[in-house]
Amino acid sequence: MKKIKENEINEEITGEEVSSEEHSKRKPVVPGEVIASGEDYLPGDGAKREGNDIIATRFGLAEESGRVIKVIAITGAFIPRRGNVVLGRVTDITFHGWVVDIGSASEAFLPLEESPRFVSKLEMDQFLAIGDIVAAKIWGVKSKGIDLTLKGKGLGKLEEGFVFRINPNKVPRVIGKEGSMINLIKDNTSSNITVGQNGWIWIHADSIENEIKARNAIEFVAEKVHVEGLTEKMEKWFQEHK
Amino acid sequence: MAKEYKRTDGRKPTELRKITAKVGVIPNADGSAMFAFGDTVAIAAVYGPRLLHPKHMEDPTKCVLRVNYDLLPFSVHDRKKPGPSRRSQEISKVTEWALAPVVDLKSFPNTVIDVQIYIIQADAGTRTAGINAASMALAHAGIPMKNLVSSVAVGKLDKTLVVDLTKEEEDFEEGEGATDCAIARIANTDELTLLQFDGKVQPEVVSELINLSDDACKEIYEAQKKALKEVLK
Amino acid sequence: MISMETSNLTKETLKKMFSKGKRFDGRDLFEFRDIKIETGVSNKAEGSARVMLGKTDVIVGVKLAPGEPYPDSPNKGNLTVSCDLLPLASPRFEMGPPGFYAIELPRLVDRAIRGSGMIELDKLFIEEGKVWTIFIDIYPMNDDGNLIDASTIGAIIALKNSMIPVLDEKGMIDYDKKPTKNVPLSKTYPFSFTFYKLGDSIIMDPTREEEEACDARITFGISIWNNQYMVNSCQKTGELSFTKEEIAKIMSMLPKKFDELNEKLKKFL
Repeated sequence: MKKIKENEINEEITGEEVSSEEHSKRKPVVPGEVIASGEDYLPGDGAKREGNDIIATRFGLAEESGRVIKVIAITGAFIPRRGNVVLGRVTDITFHGWVVDIGSASEAFLPLEESPRFVSKLEMDQFLAIGDIVAAKIWGVKSKGIDLTLKGKGLGKLEEGFVFRINPNKVPRVIGKEGSMINLIKDNTSSNITVGQNGWIWIHADSIENEIKARNAIEFVAEKVHVEGLTEKMEKWFQEHK
Repeated sequence: MAKEYKRTDGRKPTELRKITAKVGVIPNADGSAMFAFGDTVAIAAVYGPRLLHPKHMEDPTKCVLRVNYDLLPFSVHDRKKPGPSRRSQEISKVTEWALAPVVDLKSFPNTVIDVQIYIIQADAGTRTAGINAASMALAHAGIPMKNLVSSVAVGKLDKTLVVDLTKEEEDFEEGEGATDCAIARIANTDELTLLQFDGKVQPEVVSELINLSDDACKEIYEAQKKALKEVLK
Repeated sequence: MISMETSNLTKETLKKMFSKGKRFDGRDLFEFRDIKIETGVSNKAEGSARVMLGKTDVIVGVKLAPGEPYPDSPNKGNLTVSCDLLPLASPRFEMGPPGFYAIELPRLVDRAIRGSGMIELDKLFIEEGKVWTIFIDIYPMNDDGNLIDASTIGAIIALKNSMIPVLDEKGMIDYDKKPTKNVPLSKTYPFSFTFYKLGDSIIMDPTREEEEACDARITFGISIWNNQYMVNSCQKTGELSFTKEEIAKIMSMLPKKFDELNEKLKKFL
């Protein structure tokens, strides 16, 4: 079973770093609240136009970028999208594939044909057993369920290490701009880390102490809603937690 | 000359009891909130959208909004035996109807949003406190919504119109007695998603009664909004 | 159907960690999380308490009502402990008839209290054919592990704050009259300590993640009676066995754990 090269996965997830300038442009809104008025604006994610007004359709931070006004989700369940790389736990094996729990409202399914190499119907549970953790990519989201694939760089069964969860909305922050935050954490703990878009995170390091430290560091980042200079704060945290 | 009813807690007729609102009280839930009118305290937790079991209850056209409301046994003087009562089942259903109009259920077919509402301490207005808590919890859970829902009980004590009745006021018997009316509104609109009342009220007074909820619901909405925004600080 | 949250991977990692005496939150294996207590949670209850043990949050309410005594104890009051694992508190709890855990938890709390003799049931006699029944209702608000121990703490603090309602001439409770008598309690009160086992390691006060990885647990009720530590109740749950040696080790720890918890909660007791 090919070991995961976690770098390959994280590149596909866009990270973010909030500059203080962007901070001041973000304001908390509740559903139904008017964010801005005017013909020029375009409603993005989490917003809609009603007459002259742009209204929030979800709770979060409203942000203007150019003419587009969107509402960034800070809370809430994971909404699966095509192309997302997620971690999941196998919960069942059927004739056609594996049922995988990815913490979303719809069931996710990994068809037999989507395994990275040929797996016969007889050896399905040897390839992936119930309780195993996989890194998979979502290639289809239908009303009846989500389709997964293991075909792709860095996807497959995860061995050793452990998995824990954070709020999926915190994933971009944990990754950081171009992976800066997650790489900072990896370097300081000599660990392999894979962050799923669904907020499930896998860590494996050479020592238990480093695994614990890496998890605590990630939870430290995830706890903050929007804090300036998070990178500096993270570096300081590592100094204090040698 | 009709004698105006004087409230025993000293409140003016249109005055609400002290509102307490807090969001995020249950870490495990996707969204949660507490809302209190004076001594009536409600807690709501929202889980979802999530997988619906049993599967046969799934709706391929939309998400199922499943509300469960109940009183905790020690929330009332005469201990309420654990388990759903007819009253709690009815309130669960009217609460669902009060909230559903603002929730974008079509976005998540074949799933369920579970809304759990429990009354920790009851002193009248429990279903309205529950709706206010649930409305905040749904927003907190990041569920796409048109607006918040704000709910209040208004009433008539003999001939005096009042806002936010206490238990004592609900039991008032002089003259025309107590009319107790639960209202829920889509915030900042005239749309009523809940309207229930019992008592003796003249048809021409009904609109007056409903109008009483205008200012009260505005005040409640401000409290709900503030509690939600606290989370984003 | 709700699938197990803790994966095989995490369970293996936790096993290794526990065998090295380590936990994610830095506690040692037998250390309790921070505790916060609130009393008077419901003014309609005769007594109530809220226990926050880490992120685990439990509300316990005590109600009293006059009722008939059991035929074999005509002069003693009754105690009924109940619990509902509301879906509110965890994605793992479902509506519907209680699962085993929901049935077992209140029984564990009940036996710890009964075994300790904390409530002086014979002082709950009202008159011939009439006694007070004490209802202890346990409601977790957020399950982050170790509901059993948190619930017992809630129950005893709620009891310590409970007053007997006043009866009117007809023998019905008059809630307008302010109670003057406390529920009759002896000086003794129990704590429950649950020990959870994963592989060869034993831990206390697990988070939900840790609890779900564990294979078995054993709960002991312990109190101080006649100036001695007394173990009042015991129940082992789960398929994995506990060795005699492990039990002996636990026994040697119990008095110290009692003292530690007692020190933290003294002012509420």
